[in-house]
Parts: sequence; C-alpha cells; structure tokens
Amino acid sequence: MKEIRIHGRGGQGSVTAAELLAVAAFKDGHYSQAFPSFGVERRGAPVAAFTRIDDIPIRLRSQIYEPDYIIVQDPTLIEVVDVTGGVKPGGKILINSDFSPETFKLDTPAEVMTIDATRIALDIIGLPIMNTVMLGAFAGATGEINIRSIQYAVSERFPGKVGEKNSKAAYEAYKRLEAKR
Amino acid sequence: MTDNPMEKMSVVEGSYATAHAVKVCRPNVISAYPITPQTHIVEDLSQFIADGEIDNCEFITIESEFSALSALVGASAAGARTYSSTSSQGLELMHEVVFNVSGMRLPTVMTVVNRAVSAPISIWNDHQDSISERDTGWIQLYAENSQEISDLTPLAYKVAEDKDVMLPAMVCMDGFILSHVFEPVVLLEQDLTDEYLPPYRPEHILDTKNPKTFGSFADPSVYTEFRYMQQKGMDIALKKIEKAVDEFTRIFGRDHGGLIDTYRADDAEILLMAMGSVVGTIKDVIDEARIDGIKVGLLKIRSFRPFPVEAVRKTLADAAVIVVLDKNISLGLNEGSLCTEVKSCLYNTDINTPVMGFMLGHGGRDISKGTIHMIIDKSQKVARSGIKVENEFVDVRGDLI
Repeated sequence: MKEIRIHGRGGQGSVTAAELLAVAAFKDGHYSQAFPSFGVERRGAPVAAFTRIDDIPIRLRSQIYEPDYIIVQDPTLIEVVDVTGGVKPGGKILINSDFSPETFKLDTPAEVMTIDATRIALDIIGLPIMNTVMLGAFAGATGEINIRSIQYAVSERFPGKVGEKNSKAAYEAYKRLEAKR
Repeated sequence: MTDNPMEKMSVVEGSYATAHAVKVCRPNVISAYPITPQTHIVEDLSQFIADGEIDNCEFITIESEFSALSALVGASAAGARTYSSTSSQGLELMHEVVFNVSGMRLPTVMTVVNRAVSAPISIWNDHQDSISERDTGWIQLYAENSQEISDLTPLAYKVAEDKDVMLPAMVCMDGFILSHVFEPVVLLEQDLTDEYLPPYRPEHILDTKNPKTFGSFADPSVYTEFRYMQQKGMDIALKKIEKAVDEFTRIFGRDHGGLIDTYRADDAEILLMAMGSVVGTIKDVIDEARIDGIKVGLLKIRSFRPFPVEAVRKTLADAAVIVVLDKNISLGLNEGSLCTEVKSCLYNTDINTPVMGFMLGHGGRDISKGTIHMIIDKSQKVARSGIKVENEFVDVRGDLI
C-alpha cells in the first residue's frame, strides 16, 4: 500500500487533490481511498487530506501516520505544521516552491523535491490554484500514477475549458519532474 | 458477475453512494434538514430530484429535524415510501417522533451519519447519537464501508416494509470516515434493485374514503400489547434480515454477512467485537497479529437492533477472552452499549468468558492500528491471568485532566 498526505490551506483544493488522486489511481487499475482530515475547513487554515493506493481493497480507516509521499501545496506551512512527520525512509516530499529543496533544510529521511506550481498555474490556468499542478508533479516525481489518469480525473471533475487548462498545467509539471526521476 | 469486480465500480464519495442507493429504492417522500456530516446525502438527493432522476418523489425542505421526521409520519401513514437522513443533535431533536414512527409501525428508512453529541460541540464521529435511540423500536444496522452502506439501504426497506415486521430502520454510517471518503463502489443498479425491492404496498393506509386511526390513544388496557407487538416485530425481523441478506446475495452477488459477520474467528482465543468503519482497521490489525502467532478474530455486529443474541452466543462460545470496542458510553455505568449487550447475552448460559470493554473514538479521536494492537496486548494478559479492569477509556490524555 502507498500512502500520501497532502498539506495545504483551506481553499487550495487539498481535499479535491486527494480525491482526484484516488480517481486517477483507480483508473490505473488500483484500489484507492481518499479522505479529508475532517477539520473545520476555514479558508486559509492549515488542512490535510489523505490518499491510499493498493492492489487489494483498502480496509484501513485511520489517518495516515507514516506516509510514503507528502505533497506540500503551501511552503509557509512548513513553519507551522510538522509536514514531514512520519514520512517513510526512501519516501518523497514534494513542495510547491520556486526555491531549491535545500533551502528548506528539512530534517527528514525522505527525498525533498520542489516545483514552482503556483507559477505554472498562473501561466497556464491564469489563477494561483495549484492543486492539479501538484498532482501532475506527483505523477512525474514518483511514477506511481499515469499522468494520463491524472488528466482524466481532472477533466472529469472540471468539464470544459477549466478542465483543459488544469490538465495542461498538470502535464507541464509532470514533464519537469519526470525528467529528473 | 464479471470476473473483475473493479469493472463495475466507480470512485465516488460515500454520501453519493448512499444517495444513489436511496434513489434506486424509488422513495416517494424525502424530508430532511441539513446537518454536518449528513448534508452531502440530502444535497445529492435534492439534485437527483431537480434533475428529474427520481419519479413520483417529493423533497420537503423543512425547518427542523423534528418537523422532517413528523412530515414522514404523515407521508408514510398515507402509503408513501419515505426517507430521511440526519446526524447527532438532529437525531436527538427528532427523539420524540422517533418513538412515534415505530409505535405507529411506519417503515421509514433513515440514514444516520454518526456524529458525537453536544456538549461540547463536535462535528466528528462516534456512535452516541444512534446508540441513544437504541430503545425506540427502530431496526439499527451499521455499515463498515461505502459498499455496505449502499447495500444495506434497499435491505433496510425490504425488512422494514415486510408485513410481519413493519418497523422503521436506521442505517448507520460513520460521519466523515465513511460519509466523506472517496473509494471504489458498485453503485446499485436500478434493474437489480427493482427485482430485489418490490413497491411498497401497505395493508393499512390513511385514506379519507376508508378512514382509520393511526397513533391512537391507548389506555392501560391495551398499551402493553402495542409494546409486545413491536417486540414481536423485532423478533421476526431477525429472521427477515437473514432472508433479505440471502436474497441480496443471490441478486447482486455481494455478501457482507448476515446479522453478524466474522473474520478469522474460527480458532480465535481473543475475539474482538465492534461495529461500523473501525471494523476495517481491526481486520488489518488481526492479519498483522496473526503473523505474530496471536490467535485473534473478529465478530462484527451488523444488526444492533434487533440484537442477534443466538448468533453472538454461538460465535463467542469458544473464545478465551471477549473484547468489545464501543464508540459510545452509558454515563454512570462506565460501559459502552455493545459491551452491555454482550454481557447480557452470556448470562444464564454455560459461557463464562471474561468480557473486556474499551470505549474509544469519542468525538472523532482517530483509532490507529497502534490503538488496536494495544488493546490486543491487554486482552492477551487477561486471557492468561484473568480480568482486573472490566471497562476503560482508550487514549485519555492525562495532560488535559
């Protein structure tokens, strides 16, 4: 089983990202499960969302304590939330930032990667909403999910032009990190 | 049936799967008031009706839960198939009417999206809300996952509307943990549901051409018999649930168990008991503990009312220790309700097995695999050296007391 924890702020689409990841993983032929941290999700407040992916039906219902992968949508969270907590050795932490991974000086056994998802979102979608971009980056950085499945999930949730732009932005992020894998 | 079960599945929210299951049951009147975490179900149903996807169905938007269930009393008495959904304070506000629905033998089905009760206010999951309606004469079924909540919905109607039962049913799902989870589920097929669940044709309805009294005054010369007959309905429901499960499996090809289900229980020395979504986590932990050679198994309660006394006794007979996990507490007894039921089952039998009660998951406190492992460790000690503490709270934070 692979477990993913997504950190963001209310309004950044972290819960949606977890759900889309579950849809994409299922499209790839896996069982999946996505759920929010069940907080009172006020705009701007730190939130977390979770996705599990496995080849057998998923029964576990607890929150995720030892994730394989962590997605950080907003780097300012690093100062207020233990975003690296419990990550498995050999795991990956993907941060939305235009800085290098070393900048964050994270004490973690996992590999830290950064992608300027907000920039990609502004350039392609025209809005600083980076959740779908981070999913593309996740597919590129980890190889766990087919980027076509991410794009399918995004287009299904957001029909029409909005979906097209988000899908394109996800693919751009995928290409950048896939090249580094 | 396809060889690959995933072919028929789609990844949707648990609330959507529930709303879809209600839709294919062809309700005539839905009346509900929004309350977290139930809201998504009635939002989805409202959308279905707005989109013309449910024929001959009226959605009554109403000013409170008390009125929501009251409206269904009238609708159900007039012969409609009725549905509502609520949580926590919403259910407690319905309380007076909850008794009426059962006493008037109206087979309403209601999804209870389980949430802790106030005060202090909490939107998160435990079972205190539905457990507090334990004695109201409603059938209570508890679901482990999105598929089970879907599948229990037509089953609840089938049993509730059986002419020998005629009792309302609550189908209980854990708030957020199941209501807000996205996972693969087979959305119930309309044609199969129609085959499974016939239209509701009550023997007695409110009809101006043929007037009858529902919910009449009952003086001491007849009141006892009303209660007696409700209990008879519950007794019959035990058999009808098993029958409805068999028919469901024949038509839909899925089997979640009958009144109870078991997991690796055959040779279990430690037998855990629980209901709802925590059962999934427990199954994973049982697999891990079995690798370490610990003989642990599970008895899952699907029907809490009627309570399957015989099935529970039979399953528990050979265990060395019985460990009951409750997401509720009877304050003043220091015990969860499932634990009380289990002890009650075992008295006056030859079974003299220690029963340990653990109260956990209150107000949404997460139940990790580590918590279940800890409980198994404690029960191993009891299996060896006898019981010292009958009931205890799990994960109490000493720093807050």
